[in-house]
Amino acid sequence: MKNDVILRTVARCMVPFILLFAFYVQAHGEISPGGGFQAGVIFASAFILIALAVGKEKAREKFKQKISDFTCSLGLMIYAGIGFITILFGGLFLEYGKLPFGSAEKGNHLGMIGIELGVGIAVASVMVTIFFEIARKEDD
Amino acid sequence: MNLAVNFPALLVTVPLIFVPVIPLLGLINRKICWYAAVLAITASFAMIMTILAKVSTEGPISYHLGNWAPPIGIEYRIDMLNAFVLAVISFISLVSLLFGKELVEKEVPEYKHPAFYSVFILFVVGMTGMTVTGDLFNVYVFLEITSLSGYALIATSKKRYAPMASFNYLVIGTLAATFIVLGIGYLYMVTGTLNMADLAERIKPLNGSSVVLTAYALILMGILIKMAVFPLHLWLPDAYTYSPSAVSAAMAATSTKVGAYVLIRLMFSVFDIEYHVGSVPITGIIIFFASLSIVMGSVIAIAQTNIKKMLAYSSVGQIGYILLAAAMVNAEALTGGVMHIFSHALMKGGLFFVVGLIVYNIGSERISDFAGIGRRMPFTAAAFTIFSLSIIGIPLTVGFVSKWYLVLGAISSGHWYAIGVILLSSLLTAIYFGKVIFVMYFKGGHDDHGHAPAAKLSEPMGMVIPMAFVAFLCIYFGIFATFPVELAAKAAEAVLGGVTWK
Amino acid sequence: MIDFIAAKYNYLICVCLMMIGFYAVIAKQNLMKKIIGLSIFQTSVFLFYISMAKVTDGTAPIVWEGAVRYDNPLPHVLILTAIVVSVSTTAVAIALMINIYKAYGTIEDSKIREIEAGESGGSVSR
Repeated sequence: MKNDVILRTVARCMVPFILLFAFYVQAHGEISPGGGFQAGVIFASAFILIALAVGKEKAREKFKQKISDFTCSLGLMIYAGIGFITILFGGLFLEYGKLPFGSAEKGNHLGMIGIELGVGIAVASVMVTIFFEIARKEDD
Repeated sequence: MNLAVNFPALLVTVPLIFVPVIPLLGLINRKICWYAAVLAITASFAMIMTILAKVSTEGPISYHLGNWAPPIGIEYRIDMLNAFVLAVISFISLVSLLFGKELVEKEVPEYKHPAFYSVFILFVVGMTGMTVTGDLFNVYVFLEITSLSGYALIATSKKRYAPMASFNYLVIGTLAATFIVLGIGYLYMVTGTLNMADLAERIKPLNGSSVVLTAYALILMGILIKMAVFPLHLWLPDAYTYSPSAVSAAMAATSTKVGAYVLIRLMFSVFDIEYHVGSVPITGIIIFFASLSIVMGSVIAIAQTNIKKMLAYSSVGQIGYILLAAAMVNAEALTGGVMHIFSHALMKGGLFFVVGLIVYNIGSERISDFAGIGRRMPFTAAAFTIFSLSIIGIPLTVGFVSKWYLVLGAISSGHWYAIGVILLSSLLTAIYFGKVIFVMYFKGGHDDHGHAPAAKLSEPMGMVIPMAFVAFLCIYFGIFATFPVELAAKAAEAVLGGVTWK
Repeated sequence: MIDFIAAKYNYLICVCLMMIGFYAVIAKQNLMKKIIGLSIFQTSVFLFYISMAKVTDGTAPIVWEGAVRYDNPLPHVLILTAIVVSVSTTAVAIALMINIYKAYGTIEDSKIREIEAGESGGSVSR
């Protein structure tokens, strides 16, 4: 399967579109269906497709474990960080309206985008990690 | 900016932020992971203590996440009962982290340490979240966080059967959680709300509705599985036996208690305590299963040859006390039950640590191999004796205080056979702990030819001090019981005052 | 009777799925089949939630001109969370199963019991 020409070519064609769709879903999260969870999973599926087409060792080289661990933590930290920032500006936890963007409406909007971004990053890296960990060969 | 107002959210999120940070720190140096974990739990513990002080003087706190007012937003609501349970969970987690350092180093492979501490914090976060929240669906999510990290913690053990024990727990635990979420779905269907306070209001006119009863039955079923009450306890002995001792201690001391808390909260604050199935009151059914759990847990524990399995079955019996206290519906009994959450956490946590240390030194979990431990590990054996006496319920120990209030409650509500069950179970408990103490002090130590007793075994200071501290607390709160009992009584009052019952 | 089935068929399917999953969890010896059963069991509850979110004549809960009623979006959001939980559960279960396979060389429940019973003189668990 690994060196199947059709699979590799199709994967190569598909991946940019999958990633683009992931970004679309990500960007529309706060006003329409979509958001971090879905976008993260779609983003991760692109990586899993690459791994299936070219072999997981090669794919893992592009997205090393240290990096995925880091991005996973980063996503969660963005989420909790925004929560802490709202507290610093005198609101309650995750009260986006208190973010310093002028108006409460703007704060709500941008705060939610930030949260979705954090969720998206975390979910994508967790999905990739789950795939690589479960697909891993015997103890290494 | 007023930080103290945000403590209800921060006590969950501050440790949560450490969960991803600890593995990153582990990439730099594995040694600092433990310190980071201690820091996280200490921060949470400090906030909980502040909240406890505030709640006991000023009354319940309600915190609205994101400033969305309930019932639309998620509410964290803390009254005396949550605050008390939170303090117990957090204190025991902190002690088991301090106590467990050496045991974890011995029982968990070194490369797993960063992940271990990270998941351990997640386990505690899940439990505090479950306790602090006033939203029913949040309870489910935090329950699953707790359970999933619990499965992972059990599987970190080096024992061969550990993943299998964890897998069985996962299957049963997931079934239980799914029952709970189905029950929540039924409640949402008829009331259109998930906030517990709001739910209690909207359920009242639906008294006797079969949908509400179904929901109650499903949720009760799920929680009883999570609490490991007798016929539903099958996951627990394996899970406690095959996990690392530090994990068994933390889980035995806290996770089933949180289940008990959720049950008490739902029984008293959400559902009507007077529900009947046909002509049988629900409390009557719960008392029956609680009594069954108390007696059967103790009887099966007597038959065990493996010390950890014996302690696990003893847990099945002890959780029955809390359930019994909740179902008797009166202030004394509930005080006893809440008090037992505290005392059992202290005693069982201590016992698992002591046993963990002994087992590590002699390399066997069979009770018969404990011969001569009384001479070879004097401090450890003494601590074991104190914890056992406390669990049996000997006066001047903390276990006696909670049982005393339970009996008082049984008398005042007229459940005479419950008194019989409590006394019988104390006797059975005395038998199986007596057996171990007898083996430790009066058997072996020198072989048949009268040679000198075997050499002393190591008792590292890092473990003796916390052990002695917990044992000291067991006796201290047994003699000067006023402080915890007052808190527990306030908690019982807060719960009973919230609903109308006869 | 027919009316009842026609009106509530998705709840009936939900119950059927639940029992299929439950049966697989209890009766199957293969751990992978148990995991699949568990997933079916959880999915049936998702179906239950989504069914109850449907409002007669309701449309997708997005604000648009001409919409009369909207479906209830809250159960959808709850189930999104529950799906994440379900995925995590499955991932943990599979990871455990891989570890079991490494330790015993089999994922048949009965065979693992035999191996354990053979090693410790028949007194493993239960």
